[in-house]
Amino acid sequence: MTVLAVAEHRRGELREESLELLTVGRQLADALDSELHAAVVSGDVDQYAEDLNREGVDAIHTVDHGEEFNHDVYTQTIEQLVGAADATMVLTPNSVNGLDWAPALAQRLDWPLVTDAVDMDVSDGLTVTRELYGGKVEGAVEVDSDHAVLTVRGGEWPAAGGTGSATVEPFEPDIDEAAIGSTVTGFQEVGAGDVDITESDVLVAVGRGIEEEENLDIIEELADAMGATVAASRPIVDNGWLPKDRQVGQSGKNVSPDVYLAIGISGAVQHVAGMNGSETIIAVNDDPSAPIFDVADYGIVDDLFEVVPELTEQFSG
Amino acid sequence: MKILVTVSESVDVDDDFEVSEMAIDERYLTYDLNEWDDYAIEEAVQIGEEIDDVEVVTVTIGPERTEEVIRQALAKGADRAVRVWDDALEEASVLDPATKARLVAAVAREEEPDLVLTGVQSGDYSFGATGVALAAEMDYEWAAVVNNLDLDAEAGVASVHRELEGGVEELSDVELPAVLTIQTGINDPRYASLRGIRQAQSKPLDVKTLGDVGVDADDLRLSLSLSSLYEPETEGEATLLEGGPDETAGELAELLRERGVDA
Ligand SMILES: Cc1cc2nc3c(=O)[nH]c(=O)nc-3n(C[C@H](O)[C@H](O)[C@H](O)COP(=O)(O)OP(=O)(O)OC[C@H]3O[C@@H](n4cnc5c(N)ncnc54)[C@H](O)[C@@H]3O)c2cc1C
Ligand SMILES: Nc1ncnc2c1ncn2[C@@H]1O[C@H](COP(=O)(O)O)[C@@H](O)[C@H]1O
Repeated sequence: MTVLAVAEHRRGELREESLELLTVGRQLADALDSELHAAVVSGDVDQYAEDLNREGVDAIHTVDHGEEFNHDVYTQTIEQLVGAADATMVLTPNSVNGLDWAPALAQRLDWPLVTDAVDMDVSDGLTVTRELYGGKVEGAVEVDSDHAVLTVRGGEWPAAGGTGSATVEPFEPDIDEAAIGSTVTGFQEVGAGDVDITESDVLVAVGRGIEEEENLDIIEELADAMGATVAASRPIVDNGWLPKDRQVGQSGKNVSPDVYLAIGISGAVQHVAGMNGSETIIAVNDDPSAPIFDVADYGIVDDLFEVVPELTEQFSG
Repeated sequence: MKILVTVSESVDVDDDFEVSEMAIDERYLTYDLNEWDDYAIEEAVQIGEEIDDVEVVTVTIGPERTEEVIRQALAKGADRAVRVWDDALEEASVLDPATKARLVAAVAREEEPDLVLTGVQSGDYSFGATGVALAAEMDYEWAAVVNNLDLDAEAGVASVHRELEGGVEELSDVELPAVLTIQTGINDPRYASLRGIRQAQSKPLDVKTLGDVGVDADDLRLSLSLSSLYEPETEGEATLLEGGPDETAGELAELLRERGVDA
């Protein structure tokens, strides 16, 4: 039996989460008395295989087919590889692309799927820990099967290290080209604006707690007083209140300033992914159970409309 | 052309709440239209405004309570709604994406839509998986996390942008019929007008049981169940500043100055 970890790469780079998969995959394999196999599909698979050859990996399957991710190719390939490698568990990152193929694989195999795993246990059947309700609660989800497709949250397990002695085995799937109904035609980078928030030492980030566009004034005033730059969570940008280049998070910018002041931001995982490398994180939020307080160094549990003007005054005075 | 939109609820948990018996008591919960589904509805309604003969049908797997958000979808311009529920589902602690996909697919097989729009993720479990699972179940093409859609109904192709991590978008052409999972920001969802709200009351909302959609309750393979639910232990050591706003702001200002913050 094997645990199969399917790596992710984009535009020539293996993504860091792929190496984290190997750590959780090894833990699972040990507990299940299985081998750990990695698989990498498309692109420069030999180079990727070299990167994936870390301690604890027993075999690496390389699938030399096309350059970039295509969900039809991935789904067909991994379905066949599961059979060939006698896999009982498939792991892949809980990324935008992971979520574009793993659910289809699970459906085809008729295996249960659990996405966004933050912890796992197999001592008494598979139990996966995941967050619910925007991270306010956590739950253990029991999987009623010996098989599962799991997508793994980034940053929860360390990257596997060392040099492995995995065998590298090319795998040639039988791809039904007629069943490929989507074609990647290109990539596009979100345009840069006049401000680069990644360059700023101090960021004042505003979230949906600000309620109305005109209330952004108090945030601008605070940022001015502090000599800081204004950043935002996604809803502020979705609403068109601030340009896209101010968005912090998974689909925005990755920032690591000296000070990150989060105002009226709940701390959803996709937001935190873009700012948890900040030196000092301070949160102002009137909900004491908001997950932002889990990553904050300092917090004020209070109404932002009370705290922000006071703080501005402190700096203007 | 027919567009099917999956509609679900978001669940907002009160600032102060308790977890008991593996659930959060109803009195701490507020339900609303799932944010991602709101964008999916808007996208469907806009397509209907641009091309002729588009019918927008919503489908929801949920108890009677969900009719509130279904009516919101109708008020925003969907033409009719289907809601599937059954006592057999009431007992499930987790409605997993595969089950939801199978039930939506049972409706979709009857409706035969050209396009299915779902949200990227639901507001309770946030699996982020139901749309793609549905596509596999239906043998439709698909694209996940779509933040731009250009539909060529004649040619049967949806040209989409898929929003990847780190400000990169993938441009793809997807053959219809297809399921697209819609990301926030793709459009500017409308508020329902008073007229829309009034009209929604008389739009068809069909309620179906498992039997009605041809699914045998014994065939429900609910493979996930909740074995515990709890408030996460805080990993960080956030120091909470205490006092009134003047005190906390004062303390914070001092703290910031220590870190070199000054205009
Ligand atoms: C694929 C994908 C990618 C995503 N990418 C990103 C991303 O890059 N960046 C991002 O930010 N999000 C991203 N999201 C969205 C993310 O899941 C959340 O929806 C979003 O981060 C929530 O923003 P928020 O915290 O501002 O809003 P909410 O979650 O609504 O939080 C608002 C907070 O304000 C507080 N509040 C309200 N009123 C007050 C008051 N008067 N005083 C003080 N506090 C108050 C509330 O308690 C609450 O905690 C992504 C989601 C998906 C699915
Ligand atoms: N109970 C449900 N009824 C109808 N559609 C749903 C339901 N749950 C989820 N969906 C749809 O699937 C999307 C993704 O949900 P999930 O996979 O649970 O994160 C949501 O945005 C909805 O469009």
